[in-house]
Amino acid sequence: MSRSYQSWGNYPKAKHQRVIPIHWRDALPDLQALEGSLLPYGYGRSYGDSCLNENGTLLDITPLNRYIAFDAETGVIRCEGGVLFADLLNYIVPRGWFLPTTPGTKFVSVGGAIANDVHGKNHHVAGTFGRHVTCFELLRSDGTRLMCSPTENADLFSATIGGLGLTGIILWAEFKLRRIQGPYIAQEKIRFGGIDEFFDISEASDKDYEYTVAWVDCVSSGDKLGRGIFIRGNNAWHHKLPGKSATPKTLLTAPFDLPSFALNLHTVRAFNEVYYHALLTKVQRKIVPYDPFFYPLDMINEWNKFYGNAGFLQYQFVVPYASDRGAIKEILRQISTSGVVSFLAVLKVFGDVKSPGMLSFPRPGVTLALDFPYRGAPTLRLLDRLDQIVRECGGAIYPAKDARMSPQMFEASFPNWRAFSPHVDPKFSSSFWRRVMQQPASGK
Amino acid sequence: MKVMIIGATSAIAHEVSRCFAADNAALFLVARNAEKLAAAADDLKVLGASQVETYCADLADLSTHGALIEAGKTALGGIDAVLIAHGVLGDQQAAQQSVEATLELFHVNAVSYISLLTLLANHFEAQKQGSLAVIGSVAGDRGRGSNYIYGAAKGAVALFTGGVRNRLAKVGVAVVTVKPGFVDTPMTAGMKKNLLFAKPAQVGKRIYAAMLKGEDIVYTPPFWMLIMFIIRNIPERIFKKLKL
Repeated sequence: MSRSYQSWGNYPKAKHQRVIPIHWRDALPDLQALEGSLLPYGYGRSYGDSCLNENGTLLDITPLNRYIAFDAETGVIRCEGGVLFADLLNYIVPRGWFLPTTPGTKFVSVGGAIANDVHGKNHHVAGTFGRHVTCFELLRSDGTRLMCSPTENADLFSATIGGLGLTGIILWAEFKLRRIQGPYIAQEKIRFGGIDEFFDISEASDKDYEYTVAWVDCVSSGDKLGRGIFIRGNNAWHHKLPGKSATPKTLLTAPFDLPSFALNLHTVRAFNEVYYHALLTKVQRKIVPYDPFFYPLDMINEWNKFYGNAGFLQYQFVVPYASDRGAIKEILRQISTSGVVSFLAVLKVFGDVKSPGMLSFPRPGVTLALDFPYRGAPTLRLLDRLDQIVRECGGAIYPAKDARMSPQMFEASFPNWRAFSPHVDPKFSSSFWRRVMQQPASGK
Repeated sequence: MKVMIIGATSAIAHEVSRCFAADNAALFLVARNAEKLAAAADDLKVLGASQVETYCADLADLSTHGALIEAGKTALGGIDAVLIAHGVLGDQQAAQQSVEATLELFHVNAVSYISLLTLLANHFEAQKQGSLAVIGSVAGDRGRGSNYIYGAAKGAVALFTGGVRNRLAKVGVAVVTVKPGFVDTPMTAGMKKNLLFAKPAQVGKRIYAAMLKGEDIVYTPPFWMLIMFIIRNIPERIFKKLKL
């Protein structure tokens, strides 16, 4: 298949001068000789413009997909930066290991997981992916290859974790896997009527459940505002479950861009009504394979096409714990009255496990991720209003999802950026970075 | 299972090796570059290969062929299956201005295959079992102005392999001619990618299956069988006017 080298949200759309595939870690192209700015690109699962480099060069790292070493006793694995989580899972799960933490899609690279310091449903116990990384090798544009770990080139190690690919190319990385008994999850779904109930369940679940997350209905208003389904689980003891294969499968492929009116207030409201009431009892317990538990959306290949050619914006923010209930309620109220529809809304309480990453997004508090079809100015205006609430609470926006936050919002979200920016490789840049640093569009 | 992969650092060959590694096969990898060979070998060891040996050789040098096959037999204690996968796409535009460059491309892509096939055919004929797979190309099915030097070499390989298959069928040895279409690999790095391009992993899995099942001629991805059927049947007086 051809690759389009856009971002997952299909907004904004970028044109690149050239794309250079990196095939071998010992036969590298001369990056210094390339004109314009450079940015590593993996599987393009960042939503906004952090994986784009308008008018510049992309370095496609997906051919760097080899394993280097695996210790079956300790679960320490070393592999190249382009290894896909989906392939890694097919290798490690049958051997009794799992990713230390995983985002909601398995179609990301190891390098991308580090560069975005991804988090998952077990953030409250495991922290971010970067926390499980023991070391990696970083290629800089001048050709130097640096071994980075908490003790060696420690600053560059911290800058690269969550560093949005701006510090160089992660040629390979080593990280610790997590032991599992089998490929299944003991899952519980609990219906909640509002945000207060969500926080009560979340608090009660944190200690006993490895994985917690919630789906929120954000088109309903009034006394239905903030209702949803809380999903929690632990690794199950089952090795096999008759009739329930643990082998991941793709159910269907979104065949083409849907017309942009396919997702509207009425279809989403109808879906939410059905989804909410499909849970017939207050609590539902089930043993499920890991794949649908962690990656429900991966079952539909290229589900981003449901948003049509105009694309969509994902908006994910975190607000500190102290102010959370008020802020979340206010934001949900703003959305439900705005008439702008979010099809997906995922709510999760972050823990206080600290990441080594300088620009790491997760921090103690509550995070909400929303998808908005891109409808031009009204969408952007709503998100600016939400930014204001997030900022007043001392919150932050997730760069991996972002395509539009202001430079001021970025600085407020990541006060650490001043410590980070000296570590940016002089030849590396991205559309995102130029936007939030207010640099000219042509790059460095 | 004892498997020799010639041209083991090619992206397609490596994907075939990965399938065998997952079956805990013992592998003997042959390629030119030692560092790339080491990276490929590490990957296969992690994936489950019971043994991985590497051997550096410039396959254009025909005098290395006898020694490398013997080295493989010794290292693995025999050879059950072989994949020949090395090759150079070359620059048709530049090569057609030079007899030397044209013959050099033909040498790497065809003569070296004929040399290896001759030695390996005798090995398998004596052994009376095993599987021998050879990477040809859809480019070998018809002479096209844009790519006939590479195409002619692959066409020669296909014809020669067909003869070896006919000979070894009598002793129960499988000989597979693989004809990949466009594959997204370092070889095609300079080409503009379109919907016809396949991933090396997909092609690799297909070759692995064909080697085990002992298939004859395999177009991969399969839609190329139809495309090439049409291409082969366009009358020459029309075909010569097409820009292909």
